[in-house]
Amino acid sequence: MKGMSIIVKKVTQLVSGLMFLYGIYIITHGHLTPGGGFAGGAILAGSFILLVLAFGSDLLKLKKREEGSSVVESLAIFAFLILGVMALFIGTHVFFKNYLPAGTVGNLISAGVIPLYNIFVGIEVGAALFTIFLALAIFKEEVLE
Amino acid sequence: MTLYILCFTLFLVGIYGILTQRNMIKIIIGLSFMEFSVFLFLALIGYIEGGAAPILSKNFESGNFVDPLPQAMVLTAIVIALAANSMLLSMAVKLYRKYGTFDIRKISQLKG
Amino acid sequence: MEIILSGILIFMILGAIYAIHARDLLSALISCGIVGYGLVICFLLLKAPDLAIVQIVVETITLIIMVSVVLVSTRFELDKEPGFKHKSRLNHQLLGHILIAVFIGIVLLYSFRLAIMHLDSFGDHTLRMSEAYLEGAAEKTGSANLVTGVLFDFRGYDTFGEATILFTAVVGILTILRIKGRK
Repeated sequence: MKGMSIIVKKVTQLVSGLMFLYGIYIITHGHLTPGGGFAGGAILAGSFILLVLAFGSDLLKLKKREEGSSVVESLAIFAFLILGVMALFIGTHVFFKNYLPAGTVGNLISAGVIPLYNIFVGIEVGAALFTIFLALAIFKEEVLE
Repeated sequence: MTLYILCFTLFLVGIYGILTQRNMIKIIIGLSFMEFSVFLFLALIGYIEGGAAPILSKNFESGNFVDPLPQAMVLTAIVIALAANSMLLSMAVKLYRKYGTFDIRKISQLKG
Repeated sequence: MEIILSGILIFMILGAIYAIHARDLLSALISCGIVGYGLVICFLLLKAPDLAIVQIVVETITLIIMVSVVLVSTRFELDKEPGFKHKSRLNHQLLGHILIAVFIGIVLLYSFRLAIMHLDSFGDHTLRMSEAYLEGAAEKTGSANLVTGVLFDFRGYDTFGEATILFTAVVGILTILRIKGRK
C-alpha cells in the first residue's frame, strides 16, 4: 500500500502524537470524566490507523503478519484476568472484587482497581481494533492478485 | 411512546434490508441498523426528565441522575457489535477472494 | 426534548432507507454514517457522554475499515450479466410484495406495542436495581464516573466477558483470512 502526498504526511506527523496523548488522557481519567478504557483504546487504535493510512505499509516496513499487535492484545487480556483472579486470594473471596482502598472521590489515584482495569482494557481494545484493521484492510492485497 | 415506535421502525428497516438485499455488504449494513436501534432503545429507557449526566462533580454531589445501568450495558454492546460486524466483514472478504463477487445469488449457483 | 429526538430519528430512518436502496456501495456506506452519527447526537441529548464518545470513535473506525474493503474489491451492488434478468421494479408483483411487507410490519409493530405497554413513559424511569446502584455508589467504588463504577466494579464479570468476545473475534478473523481455499 502506497502512502499519500507530502502535505498529508506532514500533518499526520503533527497530529498523530497528539491523538495518542489524548487517548492516554481519556484512559487514565476514565473514573473521573466521561470516557474510559473502551473509548480511549479506540482513539489509540485511531492514531495508529492514521499513521498507516498516511505513510503506507511499505514505508513503515510492516511485516506481513499481524503478530505484534495480536501478542500485545493477548497479554493485556491476560493481565486483566490476573487482576480479577487476584481478588480471590485477597480479603473476601469474591471474583472481581475491588480490593484496593477506594481513596477520596475526585483524586486521580483513587477508586481502587478501576484505573488498572481501565488501562488494560484500553490496551486490549486498541490492539484488537488495530489487528482487525491490518488483517482486513492492508494485508489482503497480496492475495487479490 | 412515539419515540419507542420510531426506534422500532429503524429496527424494521434493518430487517427489511437483511431480507431483501442480495449484496453481502448491504446485509451487514442492515444488521448494523438493527444494532443501532437496540442501543437507542436502551438509552431511551434509562433517561430521566431533568436528570444530569451520571458523573459526580462539585455542583452535583448527589441528586437527580440519569440511570447508569443501561448506559453500561450499551457501552459493552457497542464493542461487541463492532466485533460481530468485523467477523461478518472478514467472511465477506473471504468469499470475495474465492468467487470474485459480493452477490449471494451468484455464489449459491457456483460450485465450491 | 421529545420533538427534537423524533426529528433526528426520522432523519436517521430516511438515511437508513436510502442506504438500503443505493446502487453504489460507497454511497450506501456514507448513508450508514448518517445513521451512526445521528445516534451520537441522540446519546448526547440523552445525557450519556460516555456512549457518545465510544460511538463516534467506533463508527469512524468501522467506516474506515468497510470503505477500504469496498474500494479494493468492487463498488457495484450487483453483477450485470445476461443470466440474471434485472427487470424494472414496476411490475405486477410489486403490489403483492408491498402488501406482504406492510402486513408483516403492522404485525411486528403491534407485538412491540404489546411488549412496551407496561413500560414507564419516556422520561419517567424507575428501576429498583439502579436505585441500589445510585445510592452511595461513589462511596462504595470511589469512582466519580458512575458508569465506570457500574462497568468495572458492580458488573466486572460482564466486562471481562466482553473483552473475551473481542479477543475471540480477532482470533476468528485471523483464522478465517488465513485458510487457503480449494482452487
